[in-house]
Amino acid sequence: MQQQSTGAEILTGAEILARSLKDEGVEYIFGYPGGAVLHIYDALFKQDAVKHILVRHEQGASHAADGYARATGRPGVLLVTSGPGATNAVTGIATAYMDSIPMVIITGQVNTWAIGSDAFQEVDSVGITRPCVKHNFLVKDVKDLAETIKKAFYLASSGRPGPVVVDVPKDVTALTAEYHYPESVNIRSYSPVEKGHSGQIKRAVEMLLAAKKPMIYTGGGVVLDNASEILVEFTKLLGFPITNTLMGLGSFPASDRQFLGMLGMHGTYEANMAMHDCDVLLAVGARFDDRVVGKVEEFCPYAKKIHIDIDPASISKSVIVDVPIVGSVSSVLTDMIAQLKATEVKTDADALTQWWNQIEAWRKQDCLRYDTKSDIIKPQGVIQKLHEITKGDAFITSDVGQHQMWAAQYYGFNKPRRWINSGGLGTMGFGLPAAIGVQLAYPDETVCCVTGEASIMMCIQELSTCLQYGLPINVVSLNNRYMGMVRQWQEFFYEGRYAMSYMDALPDFVALANSFGHVGLRVESPADVEAALKEAIADTKRLYFIDFVTDQTENVFPMIAAGKGHHEMHLPAHMTAERDLA
Amino acid sequence: MKHIISILLENESGALSRVAGLFSARGYNIESLTVATTEDPTMSRMTLVTSGSDQIIEQIIKQLNKLIDVVKLVDLSEDEHIEREMMLVKVKSSGPDREELKRLTEIFRGRIIDVTPRTYTVELTGTGGKLDAFLQALEAASIIETVRSGTSGITRGDKGLSL
Repeated sequence: MQQQSTGAEILTGAEILARSLKDEGVEYIFGYPGGAVLHIYDALFKQDAVKHILVRHEQGASHAADGYARATGRPGVLLVTSGPGATNAVTGIATAYMDSIPMVIITGQVNTWAIGSDAFQEVDSVGITRPCVKHNFLVKDVKDLAETIKKAFYLASSGRPGPVVVDVPKDVTALTAEYHYPESVNIRSYSPVEKGHSGQIKRAVEMLLAAKKPMIYTGGGVVLDNASEILVEFTKLLGFPITNTLMGLGSFPASDRQFLGMLGMHGTYEANMAMHDCDVLLAVGARFDDRVVGKVEEFCPYAKKIHIDIDPASISKSVIVDVPIVGSVSSVLTDMIAQLKATEVKTDADALTQWWNQIEAWRKQDCLRYDTKSDIIKPQGVIQKLHEITKGDAFITSDVGQHQMWAAQYYGFNKPRRWINSGGLGTMGFGLPAAIGVQLAYPDETVCCVTGEASIMMCIQELSTCLQYGLPINVVSLNNRYMGMVRQWQEFFYEGRYAMSYMDALPDFVALANSFGHVGLRVESPADVEAALKEAIADTKRLYFIDFVTDQTENVFPMIAAGKGHHEMHLPAHMTAERDLA
Repeated sequence: MKHIISILLENESGALSRVAGLFSARGYNIESLTVATTEDPTMSRMTLVTSGSDQIIEQIIKQLNKLIDVVKLVDLSEDEHIEREMMLVKVKSSGPDREELKRLTEIFRGRIIDVTPRTYTVELTGTGGKLDAFLQALEAASIIETVRSGTSGITRGDKGLSL
């Protein structure tokens, strides 16, 4: 090895990259080779600290790295070539950005001297990804490479996490420099606030203690900050009702009586009604997304609002709040717990009893009830069965649509980081590659990809990756021969004109799974659901693709139409019938 | 209401497009934008004029602060400040018009910086409102071209925007 007088090793850019990843503790890198990254692939080939997972399409790499990050909390890493490699990864980068997932994306780039010349496989990756990353870098000098990688990991995983792109021209990976991986980096313009303002916290605690109809609404920020235990302690201390957003599911145990289910467009009746009627709302690591809020003017109209968020820009972005607290969820909730324990003031027990009575009356309406006697497989029943068999402990990834909402409503997540779905961007095709990342991170755990026959086709090629790495994922496909959520909107809002939402010319999924070297099962009767799921989950060696032929007409209830208030839900037939009788 | 946001920006390629991209992606409006390096070669100073409700301005400032390339910023409109814009305007003038234009330029404390037999080029510095007033005072048909720098601004008093 070549040594300079300083004693530092001289490495090529490609070697620096590989070594930086190792020194960063990266376990897996998801990627696909190509011209601009061949030096990097050669350097990866010569080491074994970082394991490379070869996907079949760069979108798969970005979702797999994303799934890994969501399940572990550690940044997901991917490596793609210039041009189409980078553009294919963009959907996955945007997916991660919308859900604040830490990810580091290394994109190859043409040689520095060729940049801007419309060279072969050249695209302005920094320009294309700019609106959907937390930050991005173009490394023009090999001397800056190691520090840039460190900065990328630091930015991706601190503050409000997010994806960071590092674009590396091919010549930079061939040139040499001294290797020194910094232990930490300082970025002068960047210092996320962790600790909340004590005065604001005091105001919030006073407001909560005085509440007569309080409500806690928590989102993905609790999961991202690993703050579930603190949230549970806090919520138990107050005895308040709590709801989770789609991104927050699992951060408060679904089996707990204080949990009212998910809120928002497909939230439960009790969660949405409690939101509408509450007098104090505490939002924790949630961003008042339009699918949660509905009509801004009718959102929690009677409530004083408190908002804890690490991102100041999330506060009062769509809904104006009364007490904003900028800080990390864990730090702020810990401070609030300390104040609650120190104060003599108690919650209003009588008011809370009345509030809970009201909530229980709403809950009794059983908004998630569905026909369990049907001869056709009901998708909700498949999810409930999956919950029973896995005891609510499996990692569930999902694609986007009805199946995603049923998984969110019926699986009952008791632990954080078990529910892996594309909430913000709503990316069909996310589920299977995400499951790859999860299964690699937790090889001994049960990982299920709940999907539909439309979504699964968007990244079906990754079945091949699953075979290569022996990943025993369980693909639970709820096949209703429709893009179900599109069909549902067309039924409700377009007088049943099912424009282009029917899935014609579907493949034989059993044969398809077999051809990829996996086990395929078709299940057509409710009586066979349990056995099929059990068989798939019991087999920890092979991937099972179960094609459940489900009821085509089933809709996701409750539903709040876009732009409506929380109290204006479309409800299932049993609830509207009872209401009509009353 | 109009706001003048003054920004210390990392002097890196792409920093300007991050700011411009933020405004177009989120539908904020830019009335003018100027940027140049400062005495510290690692930093640029940008002055951005925008408008919107208090809620929108608050979001603009928060979103700008989120950009990693934005080191520091101040909303000049919140404090006492000085704003200036420079304008070059080329005007048709011949015959008796030339005297009239010269007088007008003097009234506005501008300078004629180029002369041809048929045109004057006037340099004028001041607030945006003053430049607007000068343009209105000219006959519209006489203006050949107008080049404005966009507003630059600085706070009054001892303090400055620095690291």
